[in-house]
Amino acid sequence: MAKPEDLRLDHVASLARIALTPDEKVRFATQLGDVLAYVAQLNEVDVSGVEPTAHAFPVVNVWAQDIAEPGLSVEDALRNAPEKRDNMFVVPKVVE
Amino acid sequence: MSEELCHSTIADLSRLLDRGGVSAVELMRAVIARTKEVDGRVGAFNSFDEADALAQAAASDERRSRSRTAGSGAPGRPLEGIPIGLKDVIAVAGQPLTASSRMLEHFVSPYDATVTRKLRDAGAICWGRLNLDEFAMGSSTENSAFRTTSNPWDLERVPGGSSGGSAAAVAAGEAIAALGSDTGGSIRQPAALCNVVGMKPTYGRVSRYGLIAFASSLDQIGPFARSVEDAACLLSAISGHDRRDSTSVDLGVPDYGAGMAALAQSGRKWRLGIPKEYFGAGLDPEVGAAVQAAIDEYRRLGCEIREVSLPHTKYAVGAYYIIATAECSSNLARYDGVRYGHRSRDATDAIDIYFKTRAEGFGPEVKRRIILGTYVLSSGYYDAFYLRAQKVRTLIRRDFLEAYKDVDAIVTPTSPTPAFRKGEKAANPLAMYLNDIYTIGVNLAGLPGISIPCGFTRGGLPIGLQVIGQPFRETELLAVAAAYEKVTDWRMRRPPL
Repeated sequence: MAKPEDLRLDHVASLARIALTPDEKVRFATQLGDVLAYVAQLNEVDVSGVEPTAHAFPVVNVWAQDIAEPGLSVEDALRNAPEKRDNMFVVPKVVE
Repeated sequence: MSEELCHSTIADLSRLLDRGGVSAVELMRAVIARTKEVDGRVGAFNSFDEADALAQAAASDERRSRSRTAGSGAPGRPLEGIPIGLKDVIAVAGQPLTASSRMLEHFVSPYDATVTRKLRDAGAICWGRLNLDEFAMGSSTENSAFRTTSNPWDLERVPGGSSGGSAAAVAAGEAIAALGSDTGGSIRQPAALCNVVGMKPTYGRVSRYGLIAFASSLDQIGPFARSVEDAACLLSAISGHDRRDSTSVDLGVPDYGAGMAALAQSGRKWRLGIPKEYFGAGLDPEVGAAVQAAIDEYRRLGCEIREVSLPHTKYAVGAYYIIATAECSSNLARYDGVRYGHRSRDATDAIDIYFKTRAEGFGPEVKRRIILGTYVLSSGYYDAFYLRAQKVRTLIRRDFLEAYKDVDAIVTPTSPTPAFRKGEKAANPLAMYLNDIYTIGVNLAGLPGISIPCGFTRGGLPIGLQVIGQPFRETELLAVAAAYEKVTDWRMRRPPL
């Protein structure tokens, strides 16, 4: 298993799309280091031949009838938009 | 009289409403008055809408009077006119839905969660938005972006979490019962710390549609109440398959209250398992003694007490903090500042919006968990962390199923300690995580679990007893809990507010 010191905070924060302050970087490095050191005890467990569990009760092939029904109105869908115009979400220019 | 109403059970109030001893509007007014009197000290609510609650109560009285005129003579529905508090991660159409996060501070839900709709269909009054640890991540409610809820039994202490607002509101008489959500103990632990009943149903028993997602394979909505009977009543109302949640299970929903009563009548002697791994280092001696006394009480009731072993218990917290953070990092990717929620005003371009919005909108614990979850899923670490944790999850689940070959239910402490002081564990996330050591295995295994009051410390802090049941056999679980509750009166005590 990976070692706690492998946690490259800048890289992971970038993957998570979160800008961290210098102070947060220092604190999180220590705190998450503690957590990862604790979690490392999972290495003791013999998991050879054990299937992973994603859900406690596997629910497979849930099919639904394809029936049209009313959804959110445009007005409701836009009600919580940070910025909107002409029934659309407004975002900064993405393509020059 | 008014305060008395606020501390009554659903069962008693339902009878009182039925015979016209009080109206739903009078009851709602009493609860509003009580909330205004104590919530400045308790801080259970993020917000409440008095006018909306009174309108719901008036509509309930109207329904009741119509059915009386129709002369059916049948008793009313048990939740008709009862104010039920909702954790602020459960959607209520037209009301705020904040998850106690700056990210959703101004969010208004466009729709009802399935459990909300079911409560409305049962005639209940959806009352207020109850505080929690931000996005349900925490065990003390200190991670709320808005306020720290106080434990009604000692205002200097935490109510537990993450559903601390739900537990405190029921304990303090600010709601007759409440709903919370439980991902690693977030219903059972605060229930234990506040001297109320709190139950996590089997994973899949209750629809998660309209519940803000934290860790989707672990999250489950459940009731807080003043008695096991009330919890059963609420569970009957909210359970059932929902085509909007493909993980909800298509099984019939029993009448839990009637089933419980029938089992009590039958005089069945339960076989109860005591897992030795739950009574080791870290267990507060007063909590241990109270739980031991409860086990002795069960023995006196004729139950057979057997030692069982759950050998992978010590790995549960580690597996949980990999699986839950991995799922949370994925679920919370949706908060990108584009369609709803907070958006940074300082962002320079479309990508910068993500980084600054999430930096400003999330609190420290949420950031920590997203980062940990992103790390354990990242290229090169997935197998070492996430896949291994999922395999350990299999072993933890097997431990329980193995134990259930010999016993009907498992009895443990809910929390290793009584309520701790505010700030005591705030700087040490790992210490906070270890507080969930007895509750987390239940979520990993998908089992139903309940916490019921089982005593007090010398200092007057509540202690909770956890009973863990078998998948989808909530009726038996509730019956085991009710058998103890019936011969004790811990639940009757009220906090000195």
